[in-house]
Amino acid sequence: MSKARIHSFESFGTVDGPGIRFVIFMQGCALKCKFCHNRDSWDLCGGMEYTLEELLSKIKRYKSYFMPSGGGVTISGGEPLLQQDFLIELLTALKKEKIHTAIDTSGSFDITDKVKQIINLADLFLLDIKCINDEICKDLVGVSNKKELNFARYLSDIKKAMWIRQVLVPSITDKEEDLLNLKEFIHSLNSVEKVEILPYHDLGRFKWESLGFTYPLANISPATQQDVDRAKKILGI
Amino acid sequence: MDFKEWNDFNKSGEWTKEIDVRSFIQANYIPYEGDSSFLVGATDKTQKLWDKVLALYKKETENNGVLDVDTKTPSGINRYAPGYVDKNLEEIVGLQTDAPLKRAIMPNGGIRIVEKSCESYGYKVDENIEYIYHNLRRTHNDGVFAVYTPEIRAARSSHLITGLPDGYGRGRIIGDYRRVALYGVDVLIENKKEEFSLLDSEEMTENLIRQREEVNDQILALNELKQMAESYGFDISRPASNAKEAFQWLYFGYLAAIKDQNGAAMSLGRTSTFLDIYIERDMKNGLLDETAAQELMDQFVMKLRMVRFLRAPEYNSLFSGDPVWVTESIGGMGVDGRTLVTKNSFRVLHTLVNLGPAPEPNLTVLWSKNLPEGFKKFCAEISIKTSSIQYENDDLMRVTLGDDYGIACCVSAMKIGKQMQFFGARANLAKALLYAINGGRDEKSGKQITPKFSPITSEYLDYDEVMEKFDNMMEYLAKTYIKALNMIHYMHDKYSYEALEMALHDKERDILRTMACGIAGLSVAADSLSAIKYAKVKVIRDDTGLAVDYEIEGDFPKYGNDDDRVDDIAVNLVKSFMKKLEKHCTYKNSRATLSVLTITSNVVYGKNTGNTPDGRRDGEPFGPGANPLHGRDTNGALAVMNTIAKLPYEYSEDGISYTFSISPSTLGKEEKSKVDNLVNMLDGFFAQTGHHINVNVFDRELLVDAMEHPEKYPQLTIRVSGYAVNFTKLTREQQLDVINRTIHEKI
Repeated sequence: MSKARIHSFESFGTVDGPGIRFVIFMQGCALKCKFCHNRDSWDLCGGMEYTLEELLSKIKRYKSYFMPSGGGVTISGGEPLLQQDFLIELLTALKKEKIHTAIDTSGSFDITDKVKQIINLADLFLLDIKCINDEICKDLVGVSNKKELNFARYLSDIKKAMWIRQVLVPSITDKEEDLLNLKEFIHSLNSVEKVEILPYHDLGRFKWESLGFTYPLANISPATQQDVDRAKKILGI
Repeated sequence: MDFKEWNDFNKSGEWTKEIDVRSFIQANYIPYEGDSSFLVGATDKTQKLWDKVLALYKKETENNGVLDVDTKTPSGINRYAPGYVDKNLEEIVGLQTDAPLKRAIMPNGGIRIVEKSCESYGYKVDENIEYIYHNLRRTHNDGVFAVYTPEIRAARSSHLITGLPDGYGRGRIIGDYRRVALYGVDVLIENKKEEFSLLDSEEMTENLIRQREEVNDQILALNELKQMAESYGFDISRPASNAKEAFQWLYFGYLAAIKDQNGAAMSLGRTSTFLDIYIERDMKNGLLDETAAQELMDQFVMKLRMVRFLRAPEYNSLFSGDPVWVTESIGGMGVDGRTLVTKNSFRVLHTLVNLGPAPEPNLTVLWSKNLPEGFKKFCAEISIKTSSIQYENDDLMRVTLGDDYGIACCVSAMKIGKQMQFFGARANLAKALLYAINGGRDEKSGKQITPKFSPITSEYLDYDEVMEKFDNMMEYLAKTYIKALNMIHYMHDKYSYEALEMALHDKERDILRTMACGIAGLSVAADSLSAIKYAKVKVIRDDTGLAVDYEIEGDFPKYGNDDDRVDDIAVNLVKSFMKKLEKHCTYKNSRATLSVLTITSNVVYGKNTGNTPDGRRDGEPFGPGANPLHGRDTNGALAVMNTIAKLPYEYSEDGISYTFSISPSTLGKEEKSKVDNLVNMLDGFFAQTGHHINVNVFDRELLVDAMEHPEKYPQLTIRVSGYAVNFTKLTREQQLDVINRTIHEKI
């Protein structure tokens, strides 16, 4: 039986999908988001190993909380789509138990058969649009946004439910023109249930520093409520 | 029995034939399944009166926390002239002394503690009183110390057993104050007289003589209660005839108890649904509207907020602020499946909005999965707004206690008027573990506290060896602990008997008594044993061979993460200590029970306990109650709840306390989802058989600001183990403990 590398768990997740969620933070990420608050989840060889069975018995301990709440399990990271075989096994098992699943991903993947299978199995995608402006995106996270926009398009085409999330980094991802373009892009999609602004904060800074890395956004201050309100207004949400 | 005051009541059931408040409630209450939209704000009268009380609070704070003391009059049920805040504004009257917030002395518990308390606030006890209590009248405190054994004294001074009620009133007895309103005092006196006459037989045993004396005292206390009410202009010899009288009669009953006793917890019982019956009757007869009903509730609660006892500053630093534990149990389900929630269950919680948050009364919701949704949501809303509510598992307690029990103090459930407990504070399990390693020598002083056991001498701790020695040490601890409690409660009955509270109970011989023991340091002991079992723990000894520190090599499972490897250790500790307590003879044949509750004394227990094998440093606070040690839980709130829910209530019937704190944004994004998430969380926790939970919703930053600028937060209330406190009245050490304690927050 295959094993997954897992960074950590949050048994009372209330912000990553509907209802109360058991959140699994998978270990390993290929992007290099400068605003990342879980820098310690990047290393592909870090974390702890769990078998499917171990993980399922853990999840079942929280059913009495999340099932009545209309919640379920959210698989976040790191990047969950880096462990596709395991993800398919896990999602299949959870579907059998009638547990709602959400996947929190960057979507920076080609739509392969395996990815299609994952998309079919999961109930909801929490899709981070890093930045609609590709130049900024490349600088901020290290890769182009082409794949993630395609990913969103595919979800839309097959009418898979998604929440679009934009991390609001002051002076980087808050430009009016970009936000307007994002709005237009979202409007072109069919199955967006919710659009969320996630205000950038620096509470994860200590993780970079304790791993011996320089914090790349040291000069940027966290987004304020005002910033969020402004962005929401532009996006019309 | 029949009275004109009972007109329009449904008289089926036993309640008209004998004293049976539950039967009255069942025959007459109207369950309410709606939402909170019927509630109204405070009246002008209430607002004006509350402003006056707030002004008095301010003066009290400016005067070092005590407004005034009557140093001449040892308190009793009817020893003071009537007192008022403002007679024209008060719907409910009656104060502990002749002036608001003026404290009484209660020397029957102990004269020295009264003297010390007075001195520390700049007062001096009257010379005559001092003479009487030093020379003519023995106190509870003197009685206990006259008989204590050297082993008990040693365990007490080394903090192996702490907080024992040997110098203060034991409390945790709930008089059924509703009886005063329903029957009037004369019926109660007749009943007790009948009981007295039956306390006779061919052989006049010591037990019988004691019972005769106690019942005699109860009758005297009921007569004094009547006279006290008379001095306020009320004849409570007859039943209450309307809602206002019902509130007033019931309050007089409670007032007599707090004039009579300075108990550690003076809880109210389960009164709101009872009172709702009178409100509904008055409303039906066009005598009362919602505004007037809420006014009665607001003013009643205001009186409960003004309860004051004179206590030594040490007591306050142990328990924080000025706690009284006027615990009121709200809601729950009936055994017939109907909910016991009424509109008055909403009204009593709504006082937190009308008068602002406050630690007293200690509002305790008896939660069931079957509670009406509207009530569940209202509770969650008020919790989110005020952090002033605690929740206890009605589905768990109803099985053994039926549907007319109440909570005394924090988590101690008892059938109202049918059960009482001998409060026993707690034993320090973490310290007992260190004593097992050191053969009974104290890790801080080096003194031999218990008889000499053989210490562990190996370099690394071996789990089996430690467990065997720990088991022996717990055996010794249980024995010494019960001995101390037997002495304490014998003397408390002899010198400071709660005559009025017991007069509002059933017959002496029918009362179920529990010997309520407790443990502190459960998570520290469990983590220490887990470290010994799953990692390697090396002992550091000083030159006398005393183990004073530990080095841990490797990682180990930690309590609070829903990990059976360590949680099972905690479960077994609870079971095993309970079984050891059960082995011993107890005073008045009481049944030994156990609680996992520390109140805020987790700070003091930690201060007096050296380095432990789990890596906790000397002096660091323990987790409160059944909580994990600060920062050891890394899987979120529900993992902690799952761990705590594993602790077996059957072996810890006096309660298992969990204090939960969460930042508002972690609870959910929108207000509605916060409420829904909290409701679902409570449903889930109690479905897993969790017993008790305090719910705090606040940001760490708010507390830090309140610590620096207390004047900005006069009413900031937070829940700590089993009760609520005014945050700004905590010592700085306790404030830091609360701030450092895990507040679940999402990064």
